[in-house]
Amino acid sequence: MSHCIASPLQTPVAGDRKIVTFGSNMLGIVRQSVNGARSLSSQGFGDYMMRLRPVASAMRRYSSATKEMTVRDALNSALDEEMAADPNVFVMGEEVGEYQGAYKITKGLLDKYGPERVLDTPITEAGFAGIGVGAAYHGLRPVIEFMTFNFSMQAIDHVINSAAKSNYMSAGQINVPIVFRGPNGPAAGVGAQHSQCYGAWYGSVPGLKVLVPYSSEDARGLLKAAIRDPDPVVFLENELLYGESFPVSAEALDSSFCLPIGKAKIEREGKDVTITAFSKMVGYALKAAEILEKDGINAEVINLRSIRPLDRATINASVRKTNRLVTVEEGFPQHGIGAEICASVVEDSFGYLDAPVERIAGADVPTPYAANLERMAFPQIEDIVRAAKRACYRSAVPLAATA
Amino acid sequence: MASSCLTKTKHNIIISIFKSISISKSKSSFTNRTSTSTNSLSSPVPKYAAYSKTNRTIGFNRCYEQAYFSRRLHSTVSVSNDVAQLVVEPPSQQFLDFPGGKVNFTRKLMFTSNSTAERVHCYRVLDDNGQPFNDSESLKISKELAVKMYTNMVTLEVMDTVFYESQRQGRISFYATTTGEEAINIASAAALNNNDFVFPQYREPGVLLWRGFTLQEFANQLFGNKFEYGKGRQMPIHYGSRKHSYFTVASTVATQIPHAVGAAYSLKMEKQDSCVITYFGDGGTSTADFHAAMNFAAVTEVPVIFFCRNNGWAISTPVHEQFRSDGVVVKGKAYGVPSIRIDGNDALAIYNAVHEARKMAIKEQTPVLIEALTYRAGHHTTSDDSTRYRSIDEIEKWRGDQSPIKRFRKWIENEGWWNDVAESEYRSSIRKQVAQAIQVAERIEKPPVADMFNDVYDVPPRNLNEQEVFVRKTVTKHRRDYPSDVPL
Repeated sequence: MSHCIASPLQTPVAGDRKIVTFGSNMLGIVRQSVNGARSLSSQGFGDYMMRLRPVASAMRRYSSATKEMTVRDALNSALDEEMAADPNVFVMGEEVGEYQGAYKITKGLLDKYGPERVLDTPITEAGFAGIGVGAAYHGLRPVIEFMTFNFSMQAIDHVINSAAKSNYMSAGQINVPIVFRGPNGPAAGVGAQHSQCYGAWYGSVPGLKVLVPYSSEDARGLLKAAIRDPDPVVFLENELLYGESFPVSAEALDSSFCLPIGKAKIEREGKDVTITAFSKMVGYALKAAEILEKDGINAEVINLRSIRPLDRATINASVRKTNRLVTVEEGFPQHGIGAEICASVVEDSFGYLDAPVERIAGADVPTPYAANLERMAFPQIEDIVRAAKRACYRSAVPLAATA
Repeated sequence: MASSCLTKTKHNIIISIFKSISISKSKSSFTNRTSTSTNSLSSPVPKYAAYSKTNRTIGFNRCYEQAYFSRRLHSTVSVSNDVAQLVVEPPSQQFLDFPGGKVNFTRKLMFTSNSTAERVHCYRVLDDNGQPFNDSESLKISKELAVKMYTNMVTLEVMDTVFYESQRQGRISFYATTTGEEAINIASAAALNNNDFVFPQYREPGVLLWRGFTLQEFANQLFGNKFEYGKGRQMPIHYGSRKHSYFTVASTVATQIPHAVGAAYSLKMEKQDSCVITYFGDGGTSTADFHAAMNFAAVTEVPVIFFCRNNGWAISTPVHEQFRSDGVVVKGKAYGVPSIRIDGNDALAIYNAVHEARKMAIKEQTPVLIEALTYRAGHHTTSDDSTRYRSIDEIEKWRGDQSPIKRFRKWIENEGWWNDVAESEYRSSIRKQVAQAIQVAERIEKPPVADMFNDVYDVPPRNLNEQEVFVRKTVTKHRRDYPSDVPL
């Protein structure tokens, strides 16, 4: 399929017609980083990965070796390749077949693999999650799509009690090589029941692996790793990232490409403050880092990639270097990902902290619909900048709890 | 069914009924793929055409008694009582092509009743005295098979009694008997192949017993010792054995039903000559999982047997408070799943029904629902005292002549294959074996500490490895504070 450069963040799904744009004129340097290895920057401004604005003139500045790919295409190509490689892999969910996927992630798969491997299901998350788990018990490798992870609450008993715990409870006799994937967290104007982030919920369950890709490379590598993994994986995507384009290396385009599960990626190196983020917030953190650069604060941005297992080693190593930490997430603050990271750092690197840990999270309210209220309910770039400044004692304003 | 819609004495529209209906959007005329047929509870399984993406056919005959306002371009004048006039109308305008198929109209405003005049009939082979009816439809069972079935039922009963007693003595923490449902356990297992995958609820250890699980293996699980296949991670009676194709019991009610459908889907994709069976009680049919699984199985056309042990009670909830339908068998019809109601205390009826269901499931790639009417003659589990919510007389009645073991025994004794001497010898032998198994299991070590940390994931993650090292260090250092029978 063509790696089309979609217009930014278009979400062509039934019921949601919003088009959201991020920033403007965000051009940057391509980062050739694969499997967590660091590479040299090509222009000496430091390594950082940035989202490219899909403007034709901007494209011509980059070397012809790098291709652009939207996250949507990255997921689609990963699914396609894994289904081609292993006949046991099949896709199941609402609207994944004839409709080509509610967010077009499974586009073209029905035509290519037929209705036995791309199953349109009746409206019952509990049903098809349970059926997917049963198929996995028997040796197939299902990829179950939840239209959003908000709907996974209908099936959460099967995700946790039937999938996560089965290998343990059957003493290794039954393993569940299943992947539950779908958009997680807020989109744009979809209201309270469609905007919750489930990273903290699933991240607390032993037996599950929880992945949170950001870029197209993350999406490809982590989805492939998830499908090949013998344990159940919860794969939290982001609706607004589907249409975003990222450069992908030739290595990432290879069909055997795979990223390790449980390794975070340092998107931007720095020495003054560590900012951890995942999914869409990585993009925000990178932009915040640029703004901070102008104020002389050199921020290190960590793309978590994996909530469970959490790459505590990378986070702690970074904090030991910078001595300051800001965690960013869109989910509710209480019992969130930031709380876990903070606890981990306090346990392992307490002596290295020069400032209290700053936790940036979504507001502790069900997500409002009105655009202005929604904007206030989720972290924005300015919030991350302010938090980093507070951590660096550059702000006169006392500590604030959340966004 | 056809008669009520088609009598000329009523002023109904008489239209020839077509069996297969295309759900494509085309408004072309009907396809005459198959001949007409009636649709009643006693008819054979309707044949489903092969799946086809663009032309899915539905082999049903429906006659709904509903009022519909005509949405056709013709006015109601064209809806005439005169058959001759209708016949000259072009077929495509005689009734509307709703999504899901064509439907006859009726002008009567009549609701279907909430109950049927007569309940669905129950298939049985042996009468109350264990004698087969003259015209029973039944397979011939060899002496070996019959005696094996009977002795397994007795083993199950004795095993239940002794294990239950051992819980009362405080030697195990928990137990659930299958009293009254021994025939369901053994006869259904006997009719399956040993590699047909089983998704049990928790009252089907007899299936494992039939497949060769030993008394010692049962006892090991109950005591949670190091030889049990669950590595001491689950409560008693949560047996599981991959080599016996018996999926591990989970306490969650009815979750095994959609799992079974998923496994059957995998079988269908592999085109294997085997099916999946899942067991559940009357209470389990109230869950969302039952509904979703039945619906899914019908839509995806997979080889799965849904075996409902309708034993009258879900802990203290009698069936009258569980559902108001005519039991569970009628629910199959609602989902488009061929169903049968059988006498769950009649071992031969169960054997025949499961045997036939298995054939049907595999050959026609269809789900099948079996509702076995029986009685939970024991308490729900050792945590229950059922005399608190039901009369002792009722319990005693079902433990008496209605008991499946007694009825089957009468039959095999009548055939000359069993007698009192064999009975008492067998029972005392089994009792000794079970007691022996308990004594052995009790003395075996518990699982090692390593078994607390493995199998969470395929490969243990670093944090668990660290925790294990930490636990070992702590236990070694403070030996007195930890149980002495947990090996490191």
